[in-house]
Amino acid sequence: MKLRTVTFSPAISILAVVMAFSLFISSCKTAGGPAGNDIPVGEFASLTGGTATFGQSVHNGDVLAVEEINGAGGVLGKQLRLVTEDDQSKTEDAVASVQKLVNSDRVIAVLGEVASSRSMAGAPICQQAHVPMITPASTNEDVTKKGDYIFRICFIDPFQGQTMARFALNSLGKKRAAILTDVKQDYSVGLDEAFKNTFTFNGGVIVSEQSYSTGDKDFHAPLTSIKGANPEVIFVPGYYTEVSLIVRQARELGIDCPILGGDGWDSPELTKGAEKEFNNTFFSNHFATEDPDTTVQSFIKKYQDKYHAVPDAMAALGYDATRILADAIKRAGSTDSVALKNAIAGTKDFPGVTGRITIDKFRNASKPITIIKVVDGKFHFAQRIGPNGEALTPFQP
Amino acid sequence: MKSYFALILAIAVIIGASFLTPMINDYVLGRIIYVGIMISLAVSLNLINGFTGQFSLGHAGFMAVGAYTSAIVTTYLSVHGFAMAGFTGIVGFAVALILGGVLAALAGLGVGIPSLRLRGDYLAIVTLGFNEIIRVIIQNLDFKIDGTDYIGGARGFSVLPITTFTWVFIIAAITIFCVENLVNSTYGRGFLAVRDDEVAAEAMGVDTTKFKVRAFVVGAFFAGVGGGLFAHSNFHITPLDFTFLTSIDIVVIVILGGMGSTVGVILAAVVLTTLSELLRSVPEYRMIIYSLLLIILMITRPQGLLGPATMERLMRRRRTGDQATPQKPLIAPVEG
Repeated sequence: MKLRTVTFSPAISILAVVMAFSLFISSCKTAGGPAGNDIPVGEFASLTGGTATFGQSVHNGDVLAVEEINGAGGVLGKQLRLVTEDDQSKTEDAVASVQKLVNSDRVIAVLGEVASSRSMAGAPICQQAHVPMITPASTNEDVTKKGDYIFRICFIDPFQGQTMARFALNSLGKKRAAILTDVKQDYSVGLDEAFKNTFTFNGGVIVSEQSYSTGDKDFHAPLTSIKGANPEVIFVPGYYTEVSLIVRQARELGIDCPILGGDGWDSPELTKGAEKEFNNTFFSNHFATEDPDTTVQSFIKKYQDKYHAVPDAMAALGYDATRILADAIKRAGSTDSVALKNAIAGTKDFPGVTGRITIDKFRNASKPITIIKVVDGKFHFAQRIGPNGEALTPFQP
Repeated sequence: MKSYFALILAIAVIIGASFLTPMINDYVLGRIIYVGIMISLAVSLNLINGFTGQFSLGHAGFMAVGAYTSAIVTTYLSVHGFAMAGFTGIVGFAVALILGGVLAALAGLGVGIPSLRLRGDYLAIVTLGFNEIIRVIIQNLDFKIDGTDYIGGARGFSVLPITTFTWVFIIAAITIFCVENLVNSTYGRGFLAVRDDEVAAEAMGVDTTKFKVRAFVVGAFFAGVGGGLFAHSNFHITPLDFTFLTSIDIVVIVILGGMGSTVGVILAAVVLTTLSELLRSVPEYRMIIYSLLLIILMITRPQGLLGPATMERLMRRRRTGDQATPQKPLIAPVEG
């Protein structure tokens, strides 16, 4: 009985002290308004953790755009100041990051995230605080349904899945498809559903549906059963780490039909050591580096001068998101949240690196999709498909 | 009697303090709430790892059960027209949290009965596996509320943000109260006996398996409640929020605070969460500095910030003015 009173009261009193102390500290901190001479723009990205490559690319694109805008005199006579928060690829850290940006840094708008789950965690905070948020690359439909302050400048998962299904049917002329999905990734599941619906609706047959999880190394089991079903085309909407192994192992097993994927394939790492195996594969993407368009080429040049690397789609999307925001601030003529929100919503035919971007009434981007053909490890432009599924250019096999 | 009084007093203080919360920046308040949740989780894990000496790496699994269960309940209620604010909100959320805790406790029972005959490393591996099983089940769960798939597998579950300062700290106080009173009761000596010497305890007639299962069930209950609070403060949860890495984060708090010392664990939860938040401004070095500090702390204080031995020494000195109490080993035999 002695111990009971001895150990119990310090436990509770520590708790009380902690609370009192934290309340005291925090109430001392007075939140300041936006600083006078610059415009603070928040960015939350996964600079470390599981999807660090995506986060760093977007960050590079954002930084490049901000430097370019500031170099040209800024907006409304003020310089943009990018406030970056790393969320370590975790949703709970994304919540903390956005709360910090919105409440402590008092940013006028938030850029981010790549992963849809982290955008969905950040969006309600921005919506509640009436701070416009532009996600460069969250493709899950539900992100922009969080409220009228949430925008996106990339296409959505269903559109990518639908486009690849139409591409398989119309451009490649294939009727029997197999799907290999990464059940651990919301992105992969979303593409899978859209592909399946469009493909079967337009007369195709799904002959086999297999799954794997992020981090798997051996795909012989699902691939063997896919091979047994004898498909004409395989859809693998995963991320490049696993896709690289999947394609290699599929070719090893003698599966030589075309393999299709989404923008998760886009990485210089994809074909390393498997250049031959990746022939006859296609994926949908936001832009192609060999696109002759001057906006694209000048972006690639600037990016290479600064980072000495070829930009990927995430960098291009980050760059576009930042420039669309700057453009909207200019058109709004102020950083007032309602005016800024309306200006972003009014974005029309913005000449972005990833295509002409118009924000539709659901605050999603209406823009074309680029299909990439992989030849000996190089990404070549194959076809451009418009927002309504129409082929904008003929398929170049 | 005295400890009930302390609990009531703590709750009164928390309710009083909650009137100050509107003055605080939402970001800081969010972090304080997060600290409170970590306190509940770490104190409940301390019952399993610290007091009963069973090395569990499955705490995030129990959290996940509680998080998803309570989120399903609150979503169901709000879809069916119950306002999740005011009185109905309080009742609804309480029901959701308790149900989450009960289901997590059942999961604790489920994992406990077959696996707790194992010891040490083997048990750690089983609980690790259990954690992953729970996560994979949630990922593949096909559960709809009125035909809508809210859980969304890997896509994640958008949860109502109804966790408040008051909820979190009242539950932290209740968790501390329950765990402390349990282990310091006559009955609770069984947990400590299992930790200190399992063979001796068994020889003395303590049913060691039963005590281990009890520790798991109670620990899992509070982990489930903590998971529910976490879900409702995070806006959006995905199965990836509950990997074994999350379990390890909580284990680190328990070890750093001092296995078997509630005060130490609370202190560690506050210190580590704050530290990680302060390092936010240097993202490139964040993990390096954080890990280095952990290593330094473990070298300089292997018994934890405030291990049970340290606590006992401090208390004794205060009472009797006794100066030279020799340093006790990490797992000290408890007299009693």
